Amino acid sequence: MSVTVPGTQSGSPGPAVASARRPRFAWKLSYREALTGWLFASPWIIGFVLFTAWPMLFSLYASFTRYNIVQDPQWIGLQNYQQIIDDPRFYKALENTFWMVLYKTPIVMSVALGIAMLLNMNLPGDRIFRTLIYFPSVLAGVASIYLWQWILSPNGLLNSGLDVIGINGPAWFTDPAWTKPGLIVMGMWFIGNNVLIYLASLKGIPETLYEAAEIDGANAWRKTWHITLPMISPAIFFQIVTSIIGTFQIFTTAYIISGTRSNIGGPRQSMLFYVLYLYNRAFGRVGPHGLQMGYASALAWILFAIILTITLFQLAMSKRWVYYETS
Amino acid sequence: MATTQALTRRWQLSGWQRFRFWRVVAWLTLFAITALFVIPVLWMVSTSLKSPSDLANTNWIPQTLEWRNYRDAFSFGQWGRWTLNSLIITSVSTAGAVLSTALVGYSFGRLRWPGRDILFGVVLATMMIPEVVVMIPRFIIFSRMPAYGFQGSSVWVNTFLPLTVPSWLGATGFEIFLMRQFMRNIPIELSEAAKIDGASELRIWWSIALPLSRPVLATVAIFKFQGAWQDFMGPLLYLQDESKYTLQLALRQFEFAAGGAPAWNQLMAASLVVMLPVLVIFLIFQRYFVQGINITGLAGR
Repeated sequence: MSVTVPGTQSGSPGPAVASARRPRFAWKLSYREALTGWLFASPWIIGFVLFTAWPMLFSLYASFTRYNIVQDPQWIGLQNYQQIIDDPRFYKALENTFWMVLYKTPIVMSVALGIAMLLNMNLPGDRIFRTLIYFPSVLAGVASIYLWQWILSPNGLLNSGLDVIGINGPAWFTDPAWTKPGLIVMGMWFIGNNVLIYLASLKGIPETLYEAAEIDGANAWRKTWHITLPMISPAIFFQIVTSIIGTFQIFTTAYIISGTRSNIGGPRQSMLFYVLYLYNRAFGRVGPHGLQMGYASALAWILFAIILTITLFQLAMSKRWVYYETS
Repeated sequence: MATTQALTRRWQLSGWQRFRFWRVVAWLTLFAITALFVIPVLWMVSTSLKSPSDLANTNWIPQTLEWRNYRDAFSFGQWGRWTLNSLIITSVSTAGAVLSTALVGYSFGRLRWPGRDILFGVVLATMMIPEVVVMIPRFIIFSRMPAYGFQGSSVWVNTFLPLTVPSWLGATGFEIFLMRQFMRNIPIELSEAAKIDGASELRIWWSIALPLSRPVLATVAIFKFQGAWQDFMGPLLYLQDESKYTLQLALRQFEFAAGGAPAWNQLMAASLVVMLPVLVIFLIFQRYFVQGINITGLAGR
């Protein structure tokens, strides 16, 4: 079954039936209802205060301190931030992470959209194809990371496949120039979810739009550009935003592939991603002072500021290119 | 559908065969792409059945089928214990996430209370907060919270509590969002009628809203199951004793045992077994994975 939802605005739900129906004991009723509402929402409210709001404030405070958990935090003002500005590994981590965001996002978006369009052509067997393309994305986890490390080993399956068509494959995760492209190749295996979102969005475009365009004599290219892309622009926007937020936080893959080596971040720090670096600062494998919670908190807030800026910028820009039918 | 029909009509005039040709090309492209998605898993199966000397080859059929890899892979360590740990953490946090987000989602979707819309905005905003910003303070909180000897630990760190309790407190913003989107579309007459009969709101939620919300409950349950089963960073942060490891942490034992490149045949055998529960769930409940997309409203209509 499919459920349709008008949008994501937090407007009032449903029609205003109830407010019209309760003239006399309005105050008493609404008081009870308000109490019930708060009680029902209380698990989230408690969880939010305990595990999100308070931690955020604390980490902001901690970022101005020297703190190793064992001793009390010691206020040092902006020192952490000043150190970060002079920290070559911070720039390396930032560079690696931005590289992934800049290359992975457009590649994933366009490949996923291409596959979704093929799946939307009513070709024979498309349901089986859809299932098979989607299933790897549910297998994300340590097991699949090892699988890809095995496939991308210098004499592995991919390189022997490339050999067949006359390409001399790179050493992937052992060659600093090829670690990040290797991660993108691996990431393509998990785009099933993106494909399904695009496919659902494509299936939602009313046929009448295409029919009208055909009467006007539009060719396939013009129909894609003037109907398909604007109609699925909310899905494109949503996926770009979430994919960028996700890519900024790459951790497990880089940790598994490179983290257990003595040299954190893989060959020549080419996989030293932001969160991997932050984790190692916090839990004591990089730097002189052991558990550097203050320094790591400052790193975390810088990342948060970057993500927030980029997301807000995208929200502002979205008004120019994202098309919402209802508005 | 009508697009293709319309296309067909047009191409029939200028050349039905040309249309056929492009459909065949599209089908072959799709087939090749799908093959690329399937091959890695087949390779995994093939590797898991190879003998050590066979590993360097890239032949698909192992020279001898080494079924013993599956036995040997689990011959060391505490795999029974690790499997149980994964099952406990996954089921407790899945149950908690479904119940708590159903309750909270009902409140945001169906009840009227002051501050609701502002707080729902906060729910949406939390989806943009990167995990790492709260990672360190959460670790500090859990390393201070007393566990009174639960699982042999004086604090929450090194117990399953940090990995399960937060799920009972509203889980993540996305799950609440899904619940709320679904529940606000349940026909309202039902709960009005029940209220006139004098049922309490908790009763309406339990005996009317929940049964009607089965699709979204299943969707959230599956997302949460998948997420908890595959979580790596959480167990890495909070579980210290080897006897408390989950399967995701346990897979790293092959690398530790070898002190370098792991025994790939055994690692692939173990990885396949660890993947299996998610694969089975996917095959049975496939449609609920897709449903999440429809509930978010991204599907258009």
